[in-house]
Amino acid sequence: MKQKPDPTEHGTGLPVSGPPTDPDVLLDVRGLRTYFHVMDGTVRAVDGVDFSLKRGQTLGIVGESGCGKSVTALTIMQLLDIPPGEIVDGEIWFDGRDLLTLRPEELGRVRGADIAMIFQEPMTSLNPVFTIGDQISEAIILHQHVGKKEAMARAIDSLKAVGIPAPERRVKQYPHEMSGGIRQRVMIAMALSCHPKLIIADEPTTALDVTIQAQILELIKKIQVDSGAALLLITHDLAVVAETVQNVAVMYAGRVVEAGPVEDVLLRPQHPYTLGLLSSIPALHKRGRQLDVIKGVVPNPFRMPPGCKFGPRCPYAWDKCRQSEPELVAIPGRAVKSRCFLHELDAATRRAEFDRVAVATVSGETR
Amino acid sequence: MGEIEQARIVETPADLEELLAAHPDYDVQLESLNQRQLAWRRFKRHRMALIGSSLFLSMVVIGIVGPFLLPFDRSALVPVDQIVQNGRPPMLYPYFHPFGETQQLQYDVLTLVVNGIGLSLLISVGATVISTIIGTIVGGVAGYFGGWLDTILMRIVDALLAMPLIYLILVFSEFLGGGSWLTVMIIFALLGWLQTARLVRSVMLSLRGEDYVDAARVAGVSEMRIIFRHLLPNALSPIIVAATLSIAAFITAEAFVSFVGYGIDPATPTLGNILSGAQQAIGSGNWWWAVFPGVAIVLIVLGINFMGDGLQDALDPRAKI
Repeated sequence: MKQKPDPTEHGTGLPVSGPPTDPDVLLDVRGLRTYFHVMDGTVRAVDGVDFSLKRGQTLGIVGESGCGKSVTALTIMQLLDIPPGEIVDGEIWFDGRDLLTLRPEELGRVRGADIAMIFQEPMTSLNPVFTIGDQISEAIILHQHVGKKEAMARAIDSLKAVGIPAPERRVKQYPHEMSGGIRQRVMIAMALSCHPKLIIADEPTTALDVTIQAQILELIKKIQVDSGAALLLITHDLAVVAETVQNVAVMYAGRVVEAGPVEDVLLRPQHPYTLGLLSSIPALHKRGRQLDVIKGVVPNPFRMPPGCKFGPRCPYAWDKCRQSEPELVAIPGRAVKSRCFLHELDAATRRAEFDRVAVATVSGETR
Repeated sequence: MGEIEQARIVETPADLEELLAAHPDYDVQLESLNQRQLAWRRFKRHRMALIGSSLFLSMVVIGIVGPFLLPFDRSALVPVDQIVQNGRPPMLYPYFHPFGETQQLQYDVLTLVVNGIGLSLLISVGATVISTIIGTIVGGVAGYFGGWLDTILMRIVDALLAMPLIYLILVFSEFLGGGSWLTVMIIFALLGWLQTARLVRSVMLSLRGEDYVDAARVAGVSEMRIIFRHLLPNALSPIIVAATLSIAAFITAEAFVSFVGYGIDPATPTLGNILSGAQQAIGSGNWWWAVFPGVAIVLIVLGINFMGDGLQDALDPRAKI
């Protein structure tokens, strides 16, 4: 039962099918559904995700573990194991082409050359048997058709660009001779080496310690600005999002629940889930109080609740939320889109209560 | 940073302090050993591995150089099955030497054994090289791609492994006409890749989930290049160990098939053929004809097994010696 998202759901005024009309849109993901068929049934890891990213801009995808944010990235890169994974529906328009319809060799040319990816685990993302010079120059030789010597020189340049001291010596070293922070810099250098149009960073700082996290984030921001590439940053850390990106999409249970400019989403949240995330951040003004949490747990992927997927955990939910699922719609007068019935006219009283809590949470007052 | 004047291996922090105390003027730069250097160190410290590899290497040297040092070449030998039985082992060499005594007969056991070592090693090493290549390709592709390809390839392997190999070899050599050592080597190779394929598949299966595989795919590296250039070096240690041990297996297999008469043309002096010929002589008290080729087989197999054992320990990155 394929269900194409209707035009209003997408809400950007872009066509539902076919390449995006705005040439400025670099990546346009529409109605993406990625399922995993496992022994106990089907996990709908990504179930109708839409977002778009303009050239040179930055987009963050946030959400807790299991919400489908990493699977979204893996689907864009087509790194899924198929089976058990299956891309059921959707289109991924990148630079005028639908990545899902490319032949393997065309995809090979896009990967690495036009889209680069930075992984979560710098300790395991480098092959232990190659020197890092060999690993960086492999992609350069592959995509830029230069000789080994020239590729090595460019590898040294990109190591220099990510602030690794003595790059001439480093290229001859093996991954085990480096710390996690340096390795993540190497991964970034690798991503940069072919001048991609899009960099996907999948939790690039999660595996690093806090002081290094800040440095790596600064570096990612700097290279994004310097290279002019668009950045898709996937993280569970709202602070990282706040510091790094222009736009943000909040995901829950395989869907985007709220999306928009980062200041709007973080300062004037429209969706109860976003509000819950924000209020569960420890902060100085909450000293001595018990930490707010979103009650309940992420729904079992095999037994998704009917209606709104966040409904069972939502303090504002009512009958309607259990009966049907809201669409991702643009909020009148705001730059954000939200997937919630609170925005409908008949929910005005609930809406007022939500707004009161939202303002209190963001401004840091006690409730 | 100038030129490195002296490289030293320091075992513990205490050793380093001692070194610095003794030479306060040293400008020390620390660098860790890479996997290869560490493996070589572990291997050097493995006593049985050293004994085993020197045994094996000396056998290789005897097999290669020996025939040139002996006073007559292989072609001077009379085929084993044409030996005239007259109560004495056949000898050609006109005076005493360690492997036998003189008679104006046809055979010299020393020449036989030295040539036999060379040929048997050639067959088993050749078969090992070919079977390891086949097994690595099949296992690598099956393990990396998985799915139906894996199922088909591995069921073929299972089916072949379910048959007793030694009889398969007998049947094959009967059909292919046994005869030359090359045929026997190819038969061995065609039947010997099964275990290697299984081994490589299982290693690939665990390696393909590594993040650096995804990193390579993201960089646009082709699947075949990922298997053979990125993953194979990581799978190399178990393959090396298995290949080493399979040399020993092929040596004994050759001895067996030749001994029962389905192997190489009896006129060719492989260790199995020599033993087969010795069968007729042993009853008449000529022990050396059977003992020396037998000892050669035992020494080669022992040497290889010890070496394989040492390699296994040395190539295990978790081992600390």
